[in-house]
Amino acid sequence: MTLVHFLLLLFLVVCAFFVGRTKDLISAVIVFSAYSLTMALLWQQLASPDVAITEAAIGSGVTTLLLFAAISRTRRME
Amino acid sequence: MSDIIVRVVTRLMIPYLQLYGLYIILYGHNSPGGGFAGGTVIASSLILYVLAFGIDDEDLRLSPSVARIIESCGALAYVGIGLGGILLGANFLSNKAAGFPLGIPGRVFSGGTIVLLTVSIGLKVASTMITLFVNIAEKEGEEES
Repeated sequence: MTLVHFLLLLFLVVCAFFVGRTKDLISAVIVFSAYSLTMALLWQQLASPDVAITEAAIGSGVTTLLLFAAISRTRRME
Repeated sequence: MSDIIVRVVTRLMIPYLQLYGLYIILYGHNSPGGGFAGGTVIASSLILYVLAFGIDDEDLRLSPSVARIIESCGALAYVGIGLGGILLGANFLSNKAAGFPLGIPGRVFSGGTIVLLTVSIGLKVASTMITLFVNIAEKEGEEES
């Protein structure tokens, strides 16, 4: 457990807390994308690059776009 | 939607994104990756095109009917390759036992039918993702207009 791992895990917790607390759904989706990117870095550090590629493509890419499309059909603020 | 920076950067990025997706699909049995991850990368490049150039450009983007046909062909190719193992006298999805040539280890065409299986999975995942996004985004545009 190096310092980089600790910083990534700390950023992960902060992102998760902010996603749960914010009222602006677009901000929540963007922070959730950052959460997925950090998670992909952590998967790569945990020696599972296959999961890292899938997490980066699904979590940061397609899930963000689908959630944006869903928000554009409903309200922005919670 | 008509920002020139977005359009130019999208036009520059899409070939590299699709090449990276094809690399992940084709080398899925030798290195990290596979049909699901590579298909998602290709689908994200197509979604990026829709986002940059607008959803109304029916001639250039992948239409839902074509995407539906590609999706069905991917699933049918997977099942067909699996049934080929049964026709050659072994179990479903059997590879070496059914007599498929394995090829040289480390190359692209090594591992018998695994390359064809990952390519069919990639086609199905990519067309499913683009269909999902276009279906959600298109209805919103119809209500506005």
